[in-house]
Amino acid sequence: METDASALQLVLSADPTLMAIVRLSLAVSLTAVGLAALIGVPVGAVIALTRFPGREATIIALNALMGLPPVVAGLAVFLALSHSGPLGAWGLLFTPTAMVIAQTILVAPIIAALSRQTIEDLWLEYRDEFAAMNVGPFGRVATLIWDARFSLVTALLAGFGRAAAEVGAIIIVGGNIDGFTRTMTTAIALETSKGNLPLAIGLGLVLIAIVIVINALAWGARRAGERLAG
Amino acid sequence: MRPPDSELPILLERVQVAAGKVLILDAVSLNISSGAPTVLIGPNGAGKTTLLRVAMGLTQVTQGRVTWGGREHTAPTRRAIMFQRPVMLRRSAAANIRYALKTAGAPRSEWEPRTADLLKLVGLSGLAQRPARRLSGGEQQRLALARALARDPVVLFLDEPTASLDPAATKAIEDIVTNVAARGVKVMMSTHDLGQARRIAGEVVLLHRGQVIERGSADTFFANPQTEEAKKFIAGELLV
Repeated sequence: METDASALQLVLSADPTLMAIVRLSLAVSLTAVGLAALIGVPVGAVIALTRFPGREATIIALNALMGLPPVVAGLAVFLALSHSGPLGAWGLLFTPTAMVIAQTILVAPIIAALSRQTIEDLWLEYRDEFAAMNVGPFGRVATLIWDARFSLVTALLAGFGRAAAEVGAIIIVGGNIDGFTRTMTTAIALETSKGNLPLAIGLGLVLIAIVIVINALAWGARRAGERLAG
Repeated sequence: MRPPDSELPILLERVQVAAGKVLILDAVSLNISSGAPTVLIGPNGAGKTTLLRVAMGLTQVTQGRVTWGGREHTAPTRRAIMFQRPVMLRRSAAANIRYALKTAGAPRSEWEPRTADLLKLVGLSGLAQRPARRLSGGEQQRLALARALARDPVVLFLDEPTASLDPAATKAIEDIVTNVAARGVKVMMSTHDLGQARRIAGEVVLLHRGQVIERGSADTFFANPQTEEAKKFIAGELLV
């Protein structure tokens, strides 16, 4: 009971340490989702609209990558960015940038796979009209992405959920450095192991609240958009 | 700069379309030239939709040859089609037309005035900003017609444009089609409705089992049909 009250007090008093962690978490996860969307949506669209040898295998691989274990993604990024790795010279290991890279790798397949399905369904519907209107390949992709935008919000939300909740990848490549790479999930893991339950619970509450608020905003935007555009 | 009116005549020479072992069109030869509307009639499965798609250039032929103004494999720049179940893009009625104008290569400065003109032509001016998918069936058909006309077509294909519409909506579509044909656009449409064929057709083509059974001016076809199939069809008997 006492622990719960302390957690609530931390949240309500906008504790500076807690707020810094929340800000970094949001910055990392939202940046990763943004980058993953820039990669995943076009990739999903191209796979949806083109026929090439190995397409089925690509779709299966993409779907399988949705379940990529975060620690494996983190390990891969760690190896690439470590001093002896191919990208070691960039000096990105244990920085927020490394965390963004790891989360982008985790989220991009989710957005690509869900976008592929959404866009392919719409493509089957629009195919004849596109042919009749002589719409070129780029025009088709742009139109499909635009017209599927409200459904694609669901893909972005799934990606954000993955990024906001994961701890395995960012703790490996970020190192959970206090005041620099500490996020809500890594802090919860650390503070729980230290027995600092008020901060861990406070962070947990904030994390859940953020996920709910972002989902509610996205849902509202989707409903409003559908009302306006059909 | 729009290309010259080079879509006509559309010539189908012994065209065959097969789906597996089933012949959908069987050695169809047809000359589609400018003039009064050509109406395709025939029972379900006769091949009407496939013939329109072939003439539009949307379906590849298995055998035979199709030319548009003497050329093969041309992009559908000045031909347009309205499908039996047109798909509305997920945007407003006006935006659907603007999209068609854009894809047809119309200059941006023309988009707004031409969109307004086309909406007026099909009687949807008051619904310009309504999401196209929220329109009624008849309104969607009229919007699809406006979208097809946005391409400034020389030839317009209509696949059963009034199927499942009530009489008022059917009349609205027929009036627009008659108006468009009077402006010199070649109209080729399919229908089940013999009354509609009588009202609109200058020329009738009877299709059955993928073959052209009879073709002639509407007056001659209805007054003096030459084949047993045509006589039966006009008499309202079933062609099986």
